[in-house]
Amino acid sequence: MQYRSLLLKLLSAAIVFGAWEIAGRIPVSYAFPTFLESMQALVRLTLDGTMFKAYAETLKPLVLGVAISAVLGIGLGLWIGLSQRFEWLFSPIFIVMQAAPLAALIPLLVMAYGIGLTSKVFVVCIMAMPVIVLNTASAVRNTPVSLKEMGRSFLAGDSAIIYKIVIPAASPVIFSGLRLGISAGFIGAILAELKITPTGVGDIISYSRSVADYPSMYAAIFSIILLAVLFLNLLERLENVLFEGNNRGYASD
Amino acid sequence: MVMPQIKPAAAVPPVAAPLDSAVSVRNVSKNYGKVEALKDLSLEFPRGELTSLLGPSGCGKTTLLKIIGGLLEPTAGEIEVNGKMVTGPGPDRAFVFQDFALLPWASVIRNVAFGLELRGVPRSEREAIAEKYIRNVGLSGFERSYPHELSGGMRQRVGLARALSVDSQVLLLDEPFSAVDEQNRRKFQEDLLALVRNENKTFIFVTHSIEEAVYVSDQIAILLPRPSRVSEVIRPSGFREKDVENIRRDPEYLDIVDQIWSSLRTYAE
Repeated sequence: MQYRSLLLKLLSAAIVFGAWEIAGRIPVSYAFPTFLESMQALVRLTLDGTMFKAYAETLKPLVLGVAISAVLGIGLGLWIGLSQRFEWLFSPIFIVMQAAPLAALIPLLVMAYGIGLTSKVFVVCIMAMPVIVLNTASAVRNTPVSLKEMGRSFLAGDSAIIYKIVIPAASPVIFSGLRLGISAGFIGAILAELKITPTGVGDIISYSRSVADYPSMYAAIFSIILLAVLFLNLLERLENVLFEGNNRGYASD
Repeated sequence: MVMPQIKPAAAVPPVAAPLDSAVSVRNVSKNYGKVEALKDLSLEFPRGELTSLLGPSGCGKTTLLKIIGGLLEPTAGEIEVNGKMVTGPGPDRAFVFQDFALLPWASVIRNVAFGLELRGVPRSEREAIAEKYIRNVGLSGFERSYPHELSGGMRQRVGLARALSVDSQVLLLDEPFSAVDEQNRRKFQEDLLALVRNENKTFIFVTHSIEEAVYVSDQIAILLPRPSRVSEVIRPSGFREKDVENIRRDPEYLDIVDQIWSSLRTYAE
């Protein structure tokens, strides 16, 4: 079973990369390199150290923003989900944040916080946090009433109900919020580097495009996607370690 | 509509309780806003016996059970369990839920031991106790299974084992078999009779099934709705000592079922 799912994953990767290679060879556009050219560029950029220097820059706002979004987002989500009053206060803010056209707001952020790290962290947070908060809040609010009642009848205090019932019950939805939020955070980090100041991976992308070195541009894009996929897999591992029962399926009735 | 006359022979007035009561409900009322769910309800639950709360849906039997369990607060009146006033959930009462209320992420043994876990009993100790009750309810070998791998009947056995493992004197069962298929329900009812006989506990059993109530109960309280009150208390006496297989053929069993049906039929929709 394990073996087969790995095989299917490899197969789907081979199909996507094959289609990319073919599309690059036709070519669908002058600005669209083949898969192999992009991989060559990726190897070259990695070997000459450009990639590492770029990621040292890009990871700063990304890791900081994602960490803040995860901790603050889950905390706020729990709070909003557990208390009616905070739902009224905070929920609209995050719904607006989620729907706002971020690219249009970036000039405002730059005016307020300058062109440094702070603005970039903000962009990552604005992208990542709303879905984490909203998912956590709705998961907490939808904890089955009968489970909470069961806890109370077996003498659980408020904190035991939160730690032993509410959070484990909400954890699959919290983690799916984290997955969505972190993917959005990756987009935010690159967006910030393209829109605020070209640094790190965003710099490779915009510079390569300006000199028509499309293989390098796609290599940079590919690398960030690869990193995001690896990170999300890591998150899944973490979920399975923390909440063992989550991968066992749910009794719906 | 004419209220059917109830034969007074088997009916005992609700207040006359010569037996030792484990649970006393006195003048309990419960209002939800303007809706009166329970009105001035009094009832005694004899120790070591099974009392059913029987009535049409919406008659407040689950509300009464949750008030006894301390999960809901009554608007007026008081509950006493073993002479102590109920102010909330307590170690003297354990609940079995209609929808099982099992933790889907936890194995059978953790679910059964969950009540003890919440009380801070050390792991090895609580798992030893849980194992014993898992055996008692006939789930040996499923300790490491998860709820979604079990049938409805088996899930409720887990719920029952969890309630038994905290060793409360009073067990509160809220329509425990309504989500269980018919064959398993019958098996459960037989097991419940054995449990009442062997464990020296007081059982309060909510059901909407007349046959089920008459089959398992030492005492049946019939609740009528809008607002709820105890309309009569029936104590089947003749067939309780008989073999479980013969109860459903017993004339007294059939008479009581008929009698209850005739008093409840006006409330059927």
